Amino acid sequence: MSVKKLKRETHPDYIFNRKYEPLIYLVPFAIGLLIFTIYPIINVVIMSFKEGYRLSGNYTGWGIGNYQFVLTNKDFLSAIKNTFIYVLTVVPISTVFSIIIANLLNQKVKGMAIFQTAYFLPMVTSSIAVGISWRYMFNKQFGVINWLLGLFGVAPIDWLGATAGQAPWNIVVIIIFGIWNLMPFTIILLLSGLQNIDPLYYTAAKVDGASSTKIFTRITVPLLAPTIFLTMIVNMISAFKVYNEVIPFWSGKAGVLSNNLYTMVYWIKETFYSKLRLGNAAAASIVLFLIILCFTLLQRWIQKHFNY
Amino acid sequence: MQVKIEHLTKRFGDFTAVEDFNMVFDDGKLVALLGPSGCGKSTILNMLSGILPSTSGKIYFDETDVTNVPPQDRGVGLVFQNYALYPHMSVLENIAFPLEIKKVPKEERNKKAEEMARLVHVDQYLHRKPKELSGGQQQRVAIARALIKQPRLLLLDEPLSNLDARLRLEMREEIRRIQLETGVTTVFVTHDQEEAMSISDKIVLMKNGVLQQEAGPQELYDNPANLFVANFLGNPPINNLNGYIKDGYFVLEDESGKIKINNPNVKEGQQVVMGIRAESVAIKDGDHDFEATVKQRYTMGKEELAFLNIGNQTIRVYLSSDYEFKEGETVFVKLRDKGVFLFDKETGVQI
Repeated sequence: MSVKKLKRETHPDYIFNRKYEPLIYLVPFAIGLLIFTIYPIINVVIMSFKEGYRLSGNYTGWGIGNYQFVLTNKDFLSAIKNTFIYVLTVVPISTVFSIIIANLLNQKVKGMAIFQTAYFLPMVTSSIAVGISWRYMFNKQFGVINWLLGLFGVAPIDWLGATAGQAPWNIVVIIIFGIWNLMPFTIILLLSGLQNIDPLYYTAAKVDGASSTKIFTRITVPLLAPTIFLTMIVNMISAFKVYNEVIPFWSGKAGVLSNNLYTMVYWIKETFYSKLRLGNAAAASIVLFLIILCFTLLQRWIQKHFNY
Repeated sequence: MQVKIEHLTKRFGDFTAVEDFNMVFDDGKLVALLGPSGCGKSTILNMLSGILPSTSGKIYFDETDVTNVPPQDRGVGLVFQNYALYPHMSVLENIAFPLEIKKVPKEERNKKAEEMARLVHVDQYLHRKPKELSGGQQQRVAIARALIKQPRLLLLDEPLSNLDARLRLEMREEIRRIQLETGVTTVFVTHDQEEAMSISDKIVLMKNGVLQQEAGPQELYDNPANLFVANFLGNPPINNLNGYIKDGYFVLEDESGKIKINNPNVKEGQQVVMGIRAESVAIKDGDHDFEATVKQRYTMGKEELAFLNIGNQTIRVYLSSDYEFKEGETVFVKLRDKGVFLFDKETGVQI
C-alpha cells in the first residue's frame, strides 16, 4: 500500500490553519471591542428610544420623546450653540497658529529642541490642573493677564465673572484654553507632515528666487494640506466633546451664572449623573454623534476634492 | 555665457570634496562632469548654482564674479536628479512657476510656458499632474521649468539616472537637441561614461575631487592622460598589462613575452602598465607581438568578445566573428598603434 504524501500547501491541516488561525488571534481584541465599544453604542441607541427609563431598568414605553425633549430643551439648545461657537473658533485658530509654529519649529536653528519640548508641554500636563492655575491668571483683580493688558492701558476685563446677568467673557476664556490645549498635538502632527516634504522643492523654488512667503503659501501649505485636513478632523471631533476645559474655572459649574456655559457633553453628563434622566442623555449623545458625523463627512468630501 | 572657475575648493569638515578646480566652460557648449560617485562632480554643480557656498576659489559668469551671488541672482536653470516637480501643480503651473515668482502676469507666463512645453514636447499634457506622467515626460517638464526664465547657464544633475535604459537613450538625444536649439551653455553631471561620450562637446573627468582630464569625448578616449581616465572610459574596459621596460622593450611581468616600444620617454627598468583597448588587438600569424591562449569566447552578434591569456594575465578583446578558433587554442596577437598606451605604474600618468 502506498501512502500518498501530501504537499504542505495542500495538506488539510495547513488549509484549516491558514483560514482559521488568524481568527483565533483576533478573538481577545474582538471580545474587548464588543463589550466596551459595540455594546455601549447599541445600548445608547436603544436607551434613547426608551421613555421614562430609570437606573432600575424600568421604562414606560418606546418612542421619540427623548429626542423631542432634548431638541426643545433651552439648556441643551444653548449647549449646542456654545459648542458650535467653541468648535468653529478653536479648531481654525489653533490650526492656523499650529501651522505657523510648526513651520518655525521645522527650521534648523540651535536650541530648537528646547522649543519643541516647550510646545509639547500642554500635552503631558493635566488640563484640569493647568486650568486651575489659569483660573488665577484670569482673575479680574489679581490675574497676570489683566495686569499685562493693563500695561497697554486696557481696563480690567471680568474674564470669569458676570456683570448684570451677562458673562460674555466666559466663553472667551474657554476658547483660549481650548486653543492652548489643542495646539501641541496639532503642531506635532503638522511637524511630521512638514518633515515629510522633500527639501528639494524648497531648493528648486529658492533657485528660482521665490520669497519665503511665496514658498510657504505656494509650496509648504499645499503639500501640507492632507495633514492639515487630518488634524482638523481629529481636532474637530475632540473639540465637539469639549468638557474638561469648562470644569476648572467655576468649581465644576459651566460658567459663572447658572450654567451659562453649557457644552453638549457637559449637559449630557449632568443629565445622566446628576438628574439621572438616562433616556434624555442618550438621545443627546446621539444628536452629538450625528453632528460630528456630518462634519467629518463634509471634511472628508472637501479633502477628496482638494487633494493633489 | 562663458563660465570660468578658478582654484575652486570645497571642504566639508576634514573631507575635501573638490580640490583646486580650474575650468572654463565655453559659451553655448554642452559639458559633462563625469566621474564615479563621490568624485565631487555634483558639489561643483551645486557651487555653480550657488546652492552650496565654496570654501575658496572664484566663479565667473562672463566677466562677473558670482562667487558670493545667491542662487536666485545667478540666472541659472537647475534640473534635479529626481526632477523635484511640485506634485500639487499641473504641468503648466510647474513650468510657469519661475515666472510666477517673478510676478509675470498669468496670461503672459502661461503663453511662455506653453512655448516651452512645445520645445520639450510635453504640450499635450499641460493640465496633468506630475504623477500622471512617465519618468521621461517628468524630465522634460523639469527641463522646461529650468529653461523658462531663459537662464544663462543650464545645470543638470544626473538627468538620466532615474530613467530606464530605453528612455535614457531617447532623453539624452533630447537633451542634446534642446541644448542645441536654445544654445544655452549647459553643464550636466553623470557617472555614465557612455552618456557623457555620446552627447557632450567636452568631458571633465573627476576623481576624488581632483580634475583628471578635460577634453572632447574622442580625444579623451584616444589619448587618456592617466590610467584612471583610460580605465573609466570604454566598454568593455581597457585591458591593463603589467610589466617593465628593458632595452627598449616592454616585458611582461612574468617574462612570458615582450614587445618593442617606440616611446622616447620611457626609462630603463621603469615599472609600467600597458593599456590596450579591446578593439586594438588583431590575431595575426607571422609578425606578432604576443602569443596568447584563448580562454573563453562570447558571441555578441556582429563581433565576438574573447578572453585571451597572455602569460598569467588576461585581456579582453574584440575579434571579428568570421575568425574561427577554439577555446584553448594558441593564437598570435598583434597590437595596433591606436588604442595602446603606456602608463607609469606608480603615478598612473601616460608616458
